Amino acid sequence: MIELDNIKKVFNLGKPNEFTAIHGITLEIPAKSVTVLQGPSGSGKTTLLSLIGCMARPTAGRIKLKLARHHDSSANPGFPGGEITSLPERFLTEIRRNDFGFIFQHYNLIKGLTALENVMLPAYPEGEPHGELQQRAIALLDLFNIVDKADARVEYLSGGESQRVSIARALINNPSVIIADEPTAHLDTGLSLEFMEILQNLRNQGKTVVVASHDPIVYENKIVDTVIALRDGRVEPPLTHMEH
Amino acid sequence: MRWFAKQRYVIDFTLSSLLRRKGKNTALVLVYTLVVFMLASTMFFTYAIKKEAVIVLDNAPDIVVQRLVAGRHDLIPISYGDRIQKIKGVNSVKPKLWGYYFDSIFGANYTLIVPEDFPHGRGNIAIGYGVAKVSTSQVDYILPFWDHKGSMTSFTIKEILSSESELVSSDLILISEDDFRMLFGIPMEYATNLALKVRNKKELPVIAAKIKKIFPDTRPIIKDELLRTYDSVFNWRSGLLLIILSSAVLAFIIFAWDKASGLSAEERKEIGILKAIGWETSDVILMKFWEGTVISLTSFLAGLLLAYGHVFFSSSILFEPVLKGWAVIYPKFRLVPFIDPYQIAILFFLSVVPYTVATIVPSWRAATVDPDSVMRT
Ligand SMILES: Nc1ncnc2c1ncn2[C@@H]1O[C@H](COP(=O)(O)OP(=O)(O)OP(=O)(O)O)[C@@H](O)[C@H]1O
Ligand SMILES: [Mg+2]
Repeated sequence: MIELDNIKKVFNLGKPNEFTAIHGITLEIPAKSVTVLQGPSGSGKTTLLSLIGCMARPTAGRIKLKLARHHDSSANPGFPGGEITSLPERFLTEIRRNDFGFIFQHYNLIKGLTALENVMLPAYPEGEPHGELQQRAIALLDLFNIVDKADARVEYLSGGESQRVSIARALINNPSVIIADEPTAHLDTGLSLEFMEILQNLRNQGKTVVVASHDPIVYENKIVDTVIALRDGRVEPPLTHMEH
Repeated sequence: MRWFAKQRYVIDFTLSSLLRRKGKNTALVLVYTLVVFMLASTMFFTYAIKKEAVIVLDNAPDIVVQRLVAGRHDLIPISYGDRIQKIKGVNSVKPKLWGYYFDSIFGANYTLIVPEDFPHGRGNIAIGYGVAKVSTSQVDYILPFWDHKGSMTSFTIKEILSSESELVSSDLILISEDDFRMLFGIPMEYATNLALKVRNKKELPVIAAKIKKIFPDTRPIIKDELLRTYDSVFNWRSGLLLIILSSAVLAFIIFAWDKASGLSAEERKEIGILKAIGWETSDVILMKFWEGTVISLTSFLAGLLLAYGHVFFSSSILFEPVLKGWAVIYPKFRLVPFIDPYQIAILFFLSVVPYTVATIVPSWRAATVDPDSVMRT
């Protein structure tokens, strides 16, 4: 479970162009479910995702991560109660690497590298033996039906292929939370539905999925457990609460 | 184990990242190599020449006594030597014969010396490598000379000298005493100068002062002074080179700083992505460290090798315009290969270290900011 307690995000604090993107949001993202942050452009979806994913720090408020890994004391990086807001940068990096898998809107694959190398990249800092790592990466590419593109440079892949490579990369360190920003923005209806199926599988494997999207194919999909509607950096009263 | 595996991953990534920006990195390596080449050439050249001077002066006498007439170097009576021999502390006094000869046929200057034991006898000479080149002669060829009376005499070449110090032996001709006196018309009672060996080096200035007192028309030159003259000549020459070089280095620093520190938008984004997917700041710095090291070490070694070839195998052909005039047979000599680890260290700290720092610092700055910008680009 991820808890946000009165989170605020102000850009360019104290400067003439100061801008408050998130106005004190409190919410809970349940574990092992699919949560969608929905709202119009500029409502703060991406900003909120980066705060949850430890990419940026909130200006005020607290974020708590209560993940299975951290109950195991040997792997616990030492933050009492899962409070991550005030952790030093290297712990945030470690959390990003091991607890989160990111699927970026523009994929953010590294050009010039092959699909396989891109998938392996997040695991480099752990120094795992090359053979094992490569096997896991190939297995993931296989899972998403792009193993035949393993040795292709990513700049030659189509949008849908790029996204599947980026999903494989997000999963390489076996994270418990998957974060995706506008994942269907560049996909046609068929591919979008396929993507939702992948999310469903991930949730069935016990992963927590957080998606930001203003695409009805996403937030109206039956696999979604919770929809959080944002507007102008605030949470709107619940629109939908799907039951299963 | 994990540590090594991680280093390997990072180095792999670095190499492929260098290949990805082939154009930029090739340009960098080329300019970098050129600058190291210029710097190293100058260093090798000046140090090697100083070293030559030391080799020459090692065999030189402790004190050389010349005679000055109206401020000009003139012949010295050998009888002066008998009196000097009696000064306390003087081991030996030997009259020396030597002189310059301008060869109007080949347009070259030779230095003629009568060595202590000349093995080839009258009518024969031994010549330096440079003389052989200029006159296109070989052993058993005949070299013609004009003597002081204006008539032609010829000597048979019996030997081409190869010395450890080619710079000095290059324009050298060794000749017998009788032939030398005949050629220049020097009477038996005179020599060009007197060469002294002294028992205690600390007494050199005292002995020199005594000689000057006994024979006010002489000029005793101590070996150290010779060395200093050599030094100042070569320092002046290399000083000129240094002005040229420092402009090159300045241009390089601006270029390198611009190339290395100005991260392109793409590189910045790449660092952001790596950070976002879980690379530590230290991993990014490690990668940039390897990147800087690969580029600067490659260029450093390439520049060093090229400079070595340039100075020791092509006779510093590129410096010829600057250094010409110091010896008439300038490009014909080869310096003895000689490398001072200290100069290499200086060169290393002036090039590899600053360049690597210039690559790391901006990346370190890019790697410490929040990576959330990659969510938006
Ligand atoms: N670094 C920044 N500096 C200043 N303002 C920013 C910065 N990042 C985001 N904002 C502003 O914060 C607001 C929320 O942006 P955000 O990207 O979170 O919206 P979004 O809901 O993801 O929009 P979209 O649907 O278009 O992706 C926007 O008005 C944006 O201009
Ligand atoms: Mg957005």
